[in-house]
Amino acid sequence: MASTIPQRSRPAVLAWAMPGFLLALFIWSYLGVGGNLGELFGPEGRAGMADYVKRLYPPNLEGEFLLEVGKAALETLSISFMGTFIAALLGGALVFLASSNLMFSGILFEREGGWGLARGFRMALFGLSRAILSILRSIPEIVLAMIFIFAVGLGPFPGVLALGLHTGGVLGKLFSEVVEDIDSRPLESLQATGASRLKILLYGVLPQVLPQFLSYTLYRWEVNIRTAAILGIVGAGGIGLKLHIAVSLFLEDQLLTLIAVLFAMVTAVDYLSHAVRKRLI
Amino acid sequence: MSARSWPASRPRRLGLFLLLLFLLSLVVSYRAAEVRPFQLFFGEGRDNLLVFVRGMFPPDFSPDFLRFILRPTLETIQISVMGTALAILIGFPLSLLAASNLTFRGVLHEAETGRHPWSRALRAVPYFLARAILNFFRAVPEFVWALLFVRAVGLGPLPGVLAIGVGYGGILGKIYAEIFEGVDPRPIEAFQSTGASRPSIFLYGFLPQAFPNLLSYSLYRWECAIRAAAILGFVGAGGIGQQIELSLRMFNHQEVVTLILVLLLLISGVEQLSAFLRRQIA
Amino acid sequence: MFLLQGVDKKFRRGEVALHGVDLSIGPGERVAFIGPSGAGKTTLFRILNFSLRPSQGKVFFEGSLVDGIGGRRLRRLRRKIGTIYQHHNLVPRLRVVHNVLAGRLGAWSTPRALLSLVRPAEVDLAYSALLQVGIPQKLFARTDELSGGQQQRVAIARVLLQDPACILADEPVSSVDPSLAKRIVRLLIDLSSKQAKTLAMNLHNVDLALAHFPRVIGLKDGQILFDKEPQSITPEDLKALFPTPTEGAGILSTEQAYLERPFVARI
Repeated sequence: MASTIPQRSRPAVLAWAMPGFLLALFIWSYLGVGGNLGELFGPEGRAGMADYVKRLYPPNLEGEFLLEVGKAALETLSISFMGTFIAALLGGALVFLASSNLMFSGILFEREGGWGLARGFRMALFGLSRAILSILRSIPEIVLAMIFIFAVGLGPFPGVLALGLHTGGVLGKLFSEVVEDIDSRPLESLQATGASRLKILLYGVLPQVLPQFLSYTLYRWEVNIRTAAILGIVGAGGIGLKLHIAVSLFLEDQLLTLIAVLFAMVTAVDYLSHAVRKRLI
Repeated sequence: MSARSWPASRPRRLGLFLLLLFLLSLVVSYRAAEVRPFQLFFGEGRDNLLVFVRGMFPPDFSPDFLRFILRPTLETIQISVMGTALAILIGFPLSLLAASNLTFRGVLHEAETGRHPWSRALRAVPYFLARAILNFFRAVPEFVWALLFVRAVGLGPLPGVLAIGVGYGGILGKIYAEIFEGVDPRPIEAFQSTGASRPSIFLYGFLPQAFPNLLSYSLYRWECAIRAAAILGFVGAGGIGQQIELSLRMFNHQEVVTLILVLLLLISGVEQLSAFLRRQIA
Repeated sequence: MFLLQGVDKKFRRGEVALHGVDLSIGPGERVAFIGPSGAGKTTLFRILNFSLRPSQGKVFFEGSLVDGIGGRRLRRLRRKIGTIYQHHNLVPRLRVVHNVLAGRLGAWSTPRALLSLVRPAEVDLAYSALLQVGIPQKLFARTDELSGGQQQRVAIARVLLQDPACILADEPVSSVDPSLAKRIVRLLIDLSSKQAKTLAMNLHNVDLALAHFPRVIGLKDGQILFDKEPQSITPEDLKALFPTPTEGAGILSTEQAYLERPFVARI
């Protein structure tokens, strides 16, 4: 009787390969950087952390300091806003060059066979704009910020430029996915009326993509308010600069205030952006 | 017949208001963020940029330098892995409290609600507490966490691990809770009707249903963690970021280019790997 | 075994599922519930297996009032009642053996339950239960690879392992073809009568109910319409239960639609 019980099928090699790989990766990482993680939660580490947390309290709520923090918060908000705005302009300008269905393929180019010079030129433009977007996207904002600090000096402006360029690359990519995904039938009927490419763009493409563009831009604004706050740490103004100063000069009483303001700002932008995006879709 | 017989286009007050708000914000931001385009395109700013770009070439590919940056590169991977592991360790328990169908709502609690009028409200307290903690962990950028931890535990990779652990713990906890809230309640009801205890129901009902999603999302977060780990070094939290910062500060722009290229390889490598693993789960 | 007095159930959205139900089921009895969809049959079963709490009225189980209990005491009662659900309520991604062994969860400690997920415990019990329902070869198959009828048998095997004093079967044959439906109903009757278990079953198929059960209860709009032996049920009784002749077919199709609705809520 017992022998008739079906045997458990042997697990495939792959079923064990993945957990094994992840475990090995974890152990290697633990040996590399996790060694004193245990120490941290030991009695000494805990005492140190508790001491640190205790020093954060009470927060500094002096009027003068609050005013300063308010100005810094406004600066961070402005950096994120301007950066996202520039990024939307940049991404919006490049996206039409970086969308294949507006440059060389699809219904608008059905009747254009072969490899004419014009077509080759458009394809080169397409490749170039894609490459630019991808380079912009891949350099971290903080590196860009330091480069622009080198160029134009300390202050919020390099932060704006860093956010604008990096996010421009991200938005250009996201936008081009939207454009390549649009319904081609309205374009076909517009083309059949004899409309020029520009008019097709205005009447056929833009109405379809603008709500999505706006939605993605708002989403990136949510991301950028966080990034704007950290760019200050390398000298690009705003609340990050205040945080950096507070940490470096052991002004622990300011930290809690700053973090609270940052938390409130991030939550408010999240909420606002969510509310608008929900209406868009 | 009047001159205008077509229906009047409805004025959109809200749209107008939003547009005005937007323009106002733009003007205020422009001033507050000290935007000075001329500074960038003319004069000193342009000269500095040109100096930088010219200084980038040729990138530094000397064997010595490559050998030198191998360690920080590997360390970046290690920080991202340990950070994600810590994030799971922080996020998972909190997600159990932050999933409403585990704490106070739904089929597990139907038969018991109303026993005491306050019991339901009381059980919602840990739920809201967990949600608040997760929100806080999430809203403070991991970079700021890193800044705080560098001060608390000193320079090196450890503050990087902690920063990713706390920041991403908040994100993972929220997503895990959403995954748990999305499981099919019917098997849960069936297991409950056998008289199983809550932990057993969780093991047999919730975990098998949620596991692929939990794993897949955690892997995706690892992709994000490698990006974070790469820049956390800017505040002294170890990894390749520390090296980039150093080279930037020393105006070794040839090294900067090499480092950025290595960073790109690293990020895209991890992305490919994670995408491959996630395909295996599906 | 069960005694219900004036049981009402209102859901939070305000709809009334049950209204003034008085009912008594003795030990070892075999009862079929029939009625149109939305009559409250499933709600009644969920009250009987202590998944839901009635809004009003009293539920007695084995002579004692069940009210205001929770935790361990409630779980001990639930163990005595096994439920087979219309939609099987299995976990698709688990192997069959675990879905069957889940019937033992009420008896197992949590560490034991955890260990069994790694290395199945009491496999021989699961195997003999699957043998009784006729699909022993599926022991280690993944549950989502099974057909609807096979999944229903897995659910029955789970209840066998639970070894309850009473089996509640909520539309156990709504998703299988007629000949298989007959066999599954027979199987449940055999199993329960062999071990003198109480059996209560919801059926949309009136013929099956009349042919196999000594007691048939008609339920409509949350109220009991009749509670009789099948011989004394008149065509008028059935007409009052299903006013339009197409209704019988309609039930099947809405339930089919419910069964086939896309499973959302996946991230």
